[in-house]
Amino acid sequence: MPTIVFVEPDGQRKAVEVEAGANVMRTAVGHGIAGIVAECGGAAMCATCHVYVEEAGSELLAPVGEVEHEMLESAAAERRENSRLSCQINVPSEIGTLVVQVPEKQY
Amino acid sequence: MSQAHFEQVGKANPGWTPPHVPVVAFDLYSDEVMSNPYPYYEQVREAGPLVWMEKYGTYGVGNYSSVVRVLTDHDSFCSSAGVGLTNFHTETPWRKPSIILEVDPPDHSRTRKVFSRILSPRSLNKLRDRFEMEAQKMVARLVARGDCDGVKDLAEAYPLKVFADAVGLPADGREHLLPYGDMVFNAFGPQNDRFKECLARLGPSIAWITEVCQRQNLNENSFGAELYAAADAGEITHEEAGMLVRTMLSAGLDTTIFTLGNALFCFSRYPEQWAIVRDNPAIARQAIEEVLRFDSTFHSFYRTTTRPVTIEGVEVDKGQKILVLIASANRDTRHWEGADTFDVHRRPAANMAFGTGIHGCAGQMIARLEAEIVLKALAAQVERIEPLGEPELHFNNTVRGYSSLPLRFVPKDKGE
Repeated sequence: MPTIVFVEPDGQRKAVEVEAGANVMRTAVGHGIAGIVAECGGAAMCATCHVYVEEAGSELLAPVGEVEHEMLESAAAERRENSRLSCQINVPSEIGTLVVQVPEKQY
Repeated sequence: MSQAHFEQVGKANPGWTPPHVPVVAFDLYSDEVMSNPYPYYEQVREAGPLVWMEKYGTYGVGNYSSVVRVLTDHDSFCSSAGVGLTNFHTETPWRKPSIILEVDPPDHSRTRKVFSRILSPRSLNKLRDRFEMEAQKMVARLVARGDCDGVKDLAEAYPLKVFADAVGLPADGREHLLPYGDMVFNAFGPQNDRFKECLARLGPSIAWITEVCQRQNLNENSFGAELYAAADAGEITHEEAGMLVRTMLSAGLDTTIFTLGNALFCFSRYPEQWAIVRDNPAIARQAIEEVLRFDSTFHSFYRTTTRPVTIEGVEVDKGQKILVLIASANRDTRHWEGADTFDVHRRPAANMAFGTGIHGCAGQMIARLEAEIVLKALAAQVERIEPLGEPELHFNNTVRGYSSLPLRFVPKDKGE
């Protein structure tokens, strides 16, 4: 089973084992990752589930979609090349571990 | 529209019941169910994760997990056959389908992208000051007056002012917006008496709406103007810009109005919950979310299977309508602790009030902004929200709210 590691702004790491295809935002909300607000609940409308995806394995993820691209402009923390909305990432079965950093602020 | 057309809807194969699927017999759209739908939703959830809604001949899902499954798999469960009971692939819709709501990718992404930008938190920030000023003024007037109808005087008045201004509409004629929205949401259900009466009442409203969606009738610096600018830039056509203005008007008013009304209802009935918000207005945004979870505005809509698909172990054919009971998902005790308790301290993250997935409500951030601002304006000025009489429910096939809420806003300085 793949593992998602959430790195919180204070450096704390929380690893969660998930089924293949699991949604990163839903996993975070279900495991009490406070820095993932996800106000819109997965509609790519609020930009409050913003994460930075670490490089390892990121090439296996579906690319940033058009709507996600627009919405990342609304992210409260700096947008970087590895910025994603975690509601738009489902973990593929081929991935072993996906590491995502939670930014300092979401709004 | 002919009588024959009304009768064929949802009854493509009358009497047929799929094997191995629990049957639910009640009429979701009857006054009796709509007066208090929650015990009926519980019946659906207890029957199973996938049920057969006998009355209208569709499948249905009411559990949180099955609702999420259907809404997030847009390849299997499409919107282009209409998100109401009417199947656009085999029946005639009452109006030209929406080019954002009733379409699938890739067409959907093109229009959604434009909407997402215009309605994103970043662009909405510019509206906050104006919205706050209007809310403070409106609440101050009502507090000075004491008694009011929470629906007419606040829940309707506020969005009709600030949202319609934001879209760029002229000040006159806005009363046409409400019957039009009512029609749109009735049309997601069966073509029952409620639908037919609503259609008959619509009269000149359609012509007015069509007129104000034209570019020359929209103010500058408005969502409407931005949609036409997106057309100038070649992202959409000019005709599509007009249709998207229409979408904003049909989707963005009645819904917010009912949400504000439901909030006033909840806080007048649960004064201890109001005291929490009044004493800590920072919680207002989360409190609105709890209103949306506890008494969702949008109750149900449909998806249609694009291929044979297995749901909860049951093989469902292609072309089948599936009722998606989002208001039921928000009361699912398997997902929410104390689901039937209204508790503003709860963090109702990923509730289904605005749907989810690619068709999740595009206007949800402006809806939240309006509701949060109204609640904060009330928290600043109002000690208690007292009910003055029986609230009047508004019956609509898809959305739930009040048509009248007699209330008294007891001002803070005169409170006990």
